[in-house]
Amino acid sequence: MLEKALSGGRKYWAWVTFLVVVIGVGFSFYLRQLDYGLGITGMSRNVTWALYIAQFTFLVGVAASAVMLVLPYYLHNYKAFGRVTILGEFLAVSAVLMCLTFIIVDLGQPARAFNILIYPTPSSILFWDMIVLNGYLLLNILIGWTVLSSERKSIPPPGWVKPLIYISIPWAISIHTVTAFIYAGLPGRSFWLTAIMAPRFLASAFASGPALLILLCLILRKFARFHTEKEPIQTLAKIVTYSLVISIFFVVMEIFTVFYSQVPEHMQSFKYLFVGLHGHYAMVPWMWSAVVLAGIALVILINPRTRKNETLLAISCAAVFISLWIEKGLGLVVTGFIPSPLEKITEYSPTGPEILITVGVWAMGLLVLTILYKVALSVKVEMEG
Amino acid sequence: MKIYDAGKVFTGLALFIVFLTAPIWLSGGKSASPPEIRVDTPVIQRLVEKRCIEPTAYMKANHMELLDTWRQAVVREGEPLYVASDGKKYRMSLSGTCLHCHSNKDQFCDRCHNYEGVKPACWSCHVVPQELKG
Amino acid sequence: MKSTRRTFLKIAGLSLLGIGTKPVLDAFAAGEEAKIIKAPEALKAKRWAMVINLKKKCPEECRDCVEACHTIHNVPEFGNSKDEIKWIWNEPYGDVFPDQENKYIGGGIQERPVIVLCNHCDNPPCVRVCPTKATFKRADGIVMMDYHRCIGCRFCVAGCPFGARSMNFRDPRTFIRKITPNFSTRTKGVVEKCNFCEERLAVGLLPACVEACRERMAFGDLTDPGSEVRKLLEANFTIRRKPHLGTQPQVYYIV
Repeated sequence: MLEKALSGGRKYWAWVTFLVVVIGVGFSFYLRQLDYGLGITGMSRNVTWALYIAQFTFLVGVAASAVMLVLPYYLHNYKAFGRVTILGEFLAVSAVLMCLTFIIVDLGQPARAFNILIYPTPSSILFWDMIVLNGYLLLNILIGWTVLSSERKSIPPPGWVKPLIYISIPWAISIHTVTAFIYAGLPGRSFWLTAIMAPRFLASAFASGPALLILLCLILRKFARFHTEKEPIQTLAKIVTYSLVISIFFVVMEIFTVFYSQVPEHMQSFKYLFVGLHGHYAMVPWMWSAVVLAGIALVILINPRTRKNETLLAISCAAVFISLWIEKGLGLVVTGFIPSPLEKITEYSPTGPEILITVGVWAMGLLVLTILYKVALSVKVEMEG
Repeated sequence: MKIYDAGKVFTGLALFIVFLTAPIWLSGGKSASPPEIRVDTPVIQRLVEKRCIEPTAYMKANHMELLDTWRQAVVREGEPLYVASDGKKYRMSLSGTCLHCHSNKDQFCDRCHNYEGVKPACWSCHVVPQELKG
Repeated sequence: MKSTRRTFLKIAGLSLLGIGTKPVLDAFAAGEEAKIIKAPEALKAKRWAMVINLKKKCPEECRDCVEACHTIHNVPEFGNSKDEIKWIWNEPYGDVFPDQENKYIGGGIQERPVIVLCNHCDNPPCVRVCPTKATFKRADGIVMMDYHRCIGCRFCVAGCPFGARSMNFRDPRTFIRKITPNFSTRTKGVVEKCNFCEERLAVGLLPACVEACRERMAFGDLTDPGSEVRKLLEANFTIRRKPHLGTQPQVYYIV
């Protein structure tokens, strides 16, 4: 079926070529990073995780959101998701690949990455993250590919796919919970030391992932002549709406706990985010933009009339995606290091090479997505027409 | 039997054989000479018995594994002394013990490693005393 | 059995697995046991700890302990706080003990710089999170770094509540003022920190910082009631950094 990705129109090849060029640029800067060290990024002694890990954290959520399609379709027979579930599964593949790549790119000694396998350390959350991320990647590739190729041959999928599908549902929850545990279990970082870190991750995942999926469906409608019906899009929109509401509610919960209890250790990071701390306020405009975007999205999504308007829906989905990318990406990761354990404030801003490497990895994810979607859409169009 | 694309197949095959045998005909059929290692450092010249901590044959074959064992013992077990097969005790240290006698890394270690195309990662951290002087 | 391409590939795959068995078994075969022993002059303890006397104010601009440590351990000097690596340094009292400050603490202690380093905790979060056991806890209490195994993920840096760890964001070699030959440098991409001078303890010497400043720093075995540290802890009121986090730091400050 992969050969279907080798045939396409001029726009398809132009897009693929563009992605390959961006990947090439990103890769060449990665070689420079391998040579110079991670100092080529904006990271410092106090802020040791930044743009790369922020992308990983955000994309794990996007990957987990495939469960929002798999669960209704396979568990509850929601037939309306029939044509889009494969899109969710392939999005999960692309997102998890990006996650793994961002982790490798962030390592100081990537050649030693296999040490995690040679010296397994179950007490370390990174060990479990490696297991669940790779397992989820394998699951989605197997399930998506097998179901698609069975559809192409007009036969029911083999029996062993069903248990894998059922496993993938709690597994999707696990990849996100484990990633949240990376942050929520550290005693020295009070910004992250909250029990609702994993629930927050899940809520924002189920808002940002389906939002991206809606945008992808609308794009595919326009550029790939793949028409998704109104019903699955509206159901996805409702999922985004409720997840966004819960996500915002969780953030408000955090803010209340922190500011009503008035414990300085807990208040500091939130102050840094929203009003600045001791004259440092680099994140403030970003966070308020995220708030405004979330507010706009909420207004559009809550009202059924505006939600049904697909232009407004597209705007609100883009707003949700960007808002959560800010809040869950750099907003979460970098702020955990501010203030430092010795009460210092070291601000962070990404460097050029760092941004180009990041964009390169995103381009790789988009290329994988393009290829997988080309295959899936070609098969669906072939079978339906 | 009909061979399809015979022209492409045989051209490709010929090119492959040319590339495969390139090391032979590019070096004019001569073989590379084995590396000449120098063991006449000042410290070695002062030694009464000119032997390493273990016999030369053993060291040639096993020094990599030995260094691995040493690393495990010193770093992870916290035990610094090695008892050689002849009962003598040595401090397990690449820079401190090995390079104490073999102070000419570029005429000793590097000669064989370059010949074999081996790039041990030790030297990015372990200090070579010879390189510090001047 | 019909001979198809699929069957051929299955047999080929199995054969490859079979051919690979002997080398794998050889690798696992028991080698000769090497003889490794401890040095007789090593300092031994069940639980190493350090006591720092904050009642004795450090002289202005004094960096004896820092210089002693950073010199013998080849700690680089990058000259900027972004790439900075430090094993021991000083910080203002209010930043080291944020829970202990109030406007009216007397004795001028709030104006004094406080020496900070890795606390070699009894319940270290950094060891808990390390995915390769590159940082591990020894039986004598020292939290060690294995620079050979570290993959540079910085989970330990995130995990340390005391900011004691530094990542090598660049190759440190050219930034070391004067290389001490009998201690290795580190390479880019690994995390480093104070090691309680375990290489000096192994040959019967006290940590370099303690030796540089005997009147303010003491080091010894907490489980030995006759040790200097135990006597100091008996005779003085001491505090530790962030005790409420439960990491059980083993650097005690006399206040």
